Amino acid sequence: MTPLLGWHPSETWDWLSTSPLFGLTLTLGAYAVGRWAHRRTGNAVLQPVLVAIVLIGAVLLVADVPYRDYLAGGSFVSFWLGPATVALALPLHQEWHLVRRSAAPVLAGVAAGAVVSIVSAVLVTRFAGGGDDLELTMAPKAVTTPVSIALSEQIGGIPALTAVLTILAGITGAVAGPWVLDRLRIRDPRARGIAIGAVSHGIGTSRALQEGRTVGAFSALSMALSALATSLLVPALLLLR
Amino acid sequence: MSDLPVLKGVLVLLACQLAGELVVRLLGLEVPGPVVGMVVFLVVLRVSRPRPSSGLVRGPALLLRHLQLLFVPAGVGVIVYLDELRDDALPLAAGLWLSWLLGLAVTGAVVASLARLDGRRGR
Repeated sequence: MTPLLGWHPSETWDWLSTSPLFGLTLTLGAYAVGRWAHRRTGNAVLQPVLVAIVLIGAVLLVADVPYRDYLAGGSFVSFWLGPATVALALPLHQEWHLVRRSAAPVLAGVAAGAVVSIVSAVLVTRFAGGGDDLELTMAPKAVTTPVSIALSEQIGGIPALTAVLTILAGITGAVAGPWVLDRLRIRDPRARGIAIGAVSHGIGTSRALQEGRTVGAFSALSMALSALATSLLVPALLLLR
Repeated sequence: MSDLPVLKGVLVLLACQLAGELVVRLLGLEVPGPVVGMVVFLVVLRVSRPRPSSGLVRGPALLLRHLQLLFVPAGVGVIVYLDELRDDALPLAAGLWLSWLLGLAVTGAVVASLARLDGRRGR
């Protein structure tokens, strides 16, 4: 006869670590800690996204949970990136009077940004000793992940690595973008938004939205236009290599 | 305040994304569905001009307030991958961050200087 009450830690852990409940609770919990740390310290480097990533990474490492098991719950959160991208139309709508008036500088900025991003990515990677495949992998890293991954595939880079570089470019923008722009004395909120969106896509835009509605709106606009410009320019510029 | 409008706003976002995804697939476009969805939603907003209390504003505003949360799972993937990058750390780090810096500086400078010119001409 089996006893009424038992103690089953390993079965429970097997269930927990592969259950969506684990990844989802961990993600929301770590984000809550990140927001708390950000508010409490007022330190711009402690962006909630960065704090949460480090915390979850540590937990997965210590508990020896594979990334795929974590994604069982994590993917519930990533799913909302699609609707959130759609939602970026809101700041654009709210700042429409400024957007319409700034068409020329915006388009020039986005085009210049895309060319500089692509060319410098390829050249710096080459001179730092990266091979052909790394150059191609680096070329589209400035634009939003679905586009950068597709471009990497198209030109013969390593898509998974491009995804990693793209996210790192985004986090860099969220953490350091406004600080660098301050040092460069670029104060026009439109210029700040366009610059952040052009090199740090959606993750940079999440920081730009904290800086203000105008910066956020132009960052969202820039991220969309840069994705478009880069899709056209990457294949063309690589012909010149 | 009732939360029903927020729900309606989120529903509109999903519908716009769905429209975008369908258009992209039907026409074989090379842009992500959500980006087309963003254009669709912008048209909806320009045409309907919702009040701030409307779900069309509050739903998206809620998602945008927590935009960073949505990038967390993808970012965790980076941590898992970092170990494999060690061999190529120098070219990858240099290529990523120098190019990021150049792109940011040039884009910002171009927009700022052209916007200044524009402003002067407008006066």
